[in-house]
Amino acid sequence: MTSQAITIRGLTKAFGRNAVLRGVDLDLPAGRVTVLMGANGAGKSTLVKVLCGVHSADAGEVRLDGMPFAPAGPAAALRSGVVTVHQNINDGVVPDLDVASNLLLDALAEGGGLFLNRRRMRADARRIAAAVGLEIDVTRPVAGLSLADRQLVAIARAMAHRPRLLILDEPTSSLSLAEAQRLFALIDRLRAEGVAILYISHRMSDIRRLADRIVSMRDGQVSGLFEGPELDYSGAVRAMLGHEITEVDITIPPRGAVMLQARGLCLKPEARPFDLTLHKNEVVAITGLVGSGKSALASALFGLEAPISGEMRLDGMPFRPTNAGQAVAAGVFLAAKDRLINAVIPGFDIQQNLTLPFTARHSGPLSLIRRAAERAAAERAIAAMGVVCQGPRDGILTLSGGNQQKVVVGRWMAEASRLLILDEPFQGVDIQARRDIGRRIRASAAERATLVLCAEIDEALEVADRILVMSEHTIVGDHRNESIDLARLMAEVSGAADKTKEPA
Amino acid sequence: MKSLSPTDLAIRYGFLLLMAGLIVVFSVLKPAFLSPQSAVFILQSVAITGILALGVTATLVVDGFDLSIGAVATSAMMLSAYVMVIWEMGAVTAVVLCLAMGAAVGLVNGLLIVKMRVPDLLATLGMMFLLVGLQRIPTQGNSISTGMVLPDGRTAGGAFAPEFLMLGRHRIDFILPDLVPLSVVVLIVIAIVTWVFLELTRHGRVMYAIGSNAQAAALAGINVARYRVLAYVISGVMASIGGILLSARLGRGDVASGNNLLLDSVAAALIGFAVLGAAKPNAFGTAIGALFVGILLQGLTMLNAPYYTQDFIKGAVLVVALVFTFALSGRAGRGRA
Repeated sequence: MTSQAITIRGLTKAFGRNAVLRGVDLDLPAGRVTVLMGANGAGKSTLVKVLCGVHSADAGEVRLDGMPFAPAGPAAALRSGVVTVHQNINDGVVPDLDVASNLLLDALAEGGGLFLNRRRMRADARRIAAAVGLEIDVTRPVAGLSLADRQLVAIARAMAHRPRLLILDEPTSSLSLAEAQRLFALIDRLRAEGVAILYISHRMSDIRRLADRIVSMRDGQVSGLFEGPELDYSGAVRAMLGHEITEVDITIPPRGAVMLQARGLCLKPEARPFDLTLHKNEVVAITGLVGSGKSALASALFGLEAPISGEMRLDGMPFRPTNAGQAVAAGVFLAAKDRLINAVIPGFDIQQNLTLPFTARHSGPLSLIRRAAERAAAERAIAAMGVVCQGPRDGILTLSGGNQQKVVVGRWMAEASRLLILDEPFQGVDIQARRDIGRRIRASAAERATLVLCAEIDEALEVADRILVMSEHTIVGDHRNESIDLARLMAEVSGAADKTKEPA
Repeated sequence: MKSLSPTDLAIRYGFLLLMAGLIVVFSVLKPAFLSPQSAVFILQSVAITGILALGVTATLVVDGFDLSIGAVATSAMMLSAYVMVIWEMGAVTAVVLCLAMGAAVGLVNGLLIVKMRVPDLLATLGMMFLLVGLQRIPTQGNSISTGMVLPDGRTAGGAFAPEFLMLGRHRIDFILPDLVPLSVVVLIVIAIVTWVFLELTRHGRVMYAIGSNAQAAALAGINVARYRVLAYVISGVMASIGGILLSARLGRGDVASGNNLLLDSVAAALIGFAVLGAAKPNAFGTAIGALFVGILLQGLTMLNAPYYTQDFIKGAVLVVALVFTFALSGRAGRGRA
């Protein structure tokens, strides 16, 4: 019987009125890798931040080896033996210093003598590096290391604290296959030494390789715990995405001519190439976990990042955009995800946000903007999308999240396109806004091909004529949105379709 | 329109009211302050810094900064003097070469920032040093004037062309004879053109979008790099225009003048953030900001305030304006981070 390194009971945390953690109960046993899965906004990051001392919980109890654990800050958490390696690896290392200084950073920060003993530092650093199997010249600056080595440095630095709990937040998201293997070997060693490991990831291949147990989170609560010799990966994905049977009321229209044809598209060096055909008057949703390659596909289609290989044809013509401007000129529009980062212009009002990509169509001689034409276009878009606002000159940030989303999606529906790509168009919006946006997408789809990328299967079922599934940067499933075999869809999302037997 | 709370009113009109109040106070204390001559003198005193400030406004709009404007202006002054006095060429050649130099410096600044990824402040700081040094090399650190002795022992034969000097010294009849200096006309024209460009054309709109969220602007299909470079070219050209006017006013290539140009014009552009509660760089605000500083200095000079208090007063005005912009309006994410 393994001891529980960490027990969490009834943990809650709210930011303002927004309850992010709503009573989390979770045990993390020593010497086990517990994988934590959850969609965006499920509360994973907040849970991690409570554990590593960045946030303090509103209520609930955390015990570390039976003792109450409420760290005052990240440094206190570290001293108690809770070590976190963040997704953004540069949080864990100081690039300008050499490896030795990085490995001993916490000791340096805590003080000691005024002068540094270089030789002793190097010896200490080598000992720490050797403890995690990191073979590296400790005098090299960290800035010159590969990402994987930096990550190992961050972990090695953390290991000097003899941790009880190691938290890894999507550690492989920017590693190559070989680099990830090195990380896995290290995790195996730490597991054998009795460290409790909380591993946050969406990569099913990582999860299969490492997980002793899987915990799924949804809406600030633990929605599923999977243990035992045969882990139920599909079940874990289902618990994370939580499919509540919604009223699906889709009438699939006859599809038109081929609009986009991609052959042998390869999005990542190690990924399997795939073909993709999109038709006019057809709404296609692509679903898949975070990091499954949906956004990489959008980037390739919109000219942000060239695919590794493969060719694309748009409306019969070769199509290979090298920047967003070219894609827009060819009639391929992308409504990007994460609106506050990628879409909203905070200094602009609603009207200026709506017309941003097409100012040229609303301007006359000397590029002077025709104000009446612009206002009319904005008012049309506001009416079509059902944006709730006082008027088109209100600041964009005065709107609710759902209405902001309608504006940045509506921006790309105001003009005719050949292919409209919507990356997570329902992100962070309430159910009403989600319905409004979905209805508008379907109502305007006749003259173009439409591609909707969404991690939530419910959203795909609500909006699409056809649902494709992506996993490991390739397409693994293709379903017409009529009496879909959801079990099979879930299995494809979790990457299990080829490997496990279908339920009879 | 929605009704505005007193705080909103203060933010929006506070600075203009302050300026009106200043004018009233100075006029009561010194009735001569209200004369057309005095008004023209104020405009003339801010013409060059105002033009430079409008240029730096263009870079502020795309969330950049140009520290090289003062050095571009003095380089243009030295270049124009060199062209006419030593090369003995005409006014048109001098003006064209200065404008080309300003555009070229702006282009290099822009490419350093966009292509070489040098941070804007550092790239333009480096360019400032480079130009301050470069403009002194051809004359071994000496000022340029007619009849000067050249390094090789010859005497410079050329002179400032009269039509060039007109740019800095000619006055146009307006209500009173010989009232408005040509440089003030240039300032007003440039202010209007800049305002129209930034507020009414799609290029200005796009530049504001880049300054507010460059990532989102790029994903809207905008060529962010090209507009960033354009902003620095505008800034460089404006600075060279300022340098031409300075040269025409002085009638010599004076290595000692133009030291205050950078700080004065940056201050005017930053004061402009506070005008009408814009809380962002804008051409109208920049022009008002330059005017505000000019009025304050002229009034204090007429009240016999000593010259060495001027920088202190400018600094105090700038700090107050920045408080207006950032503390009172309190709109997160509007100003430069």
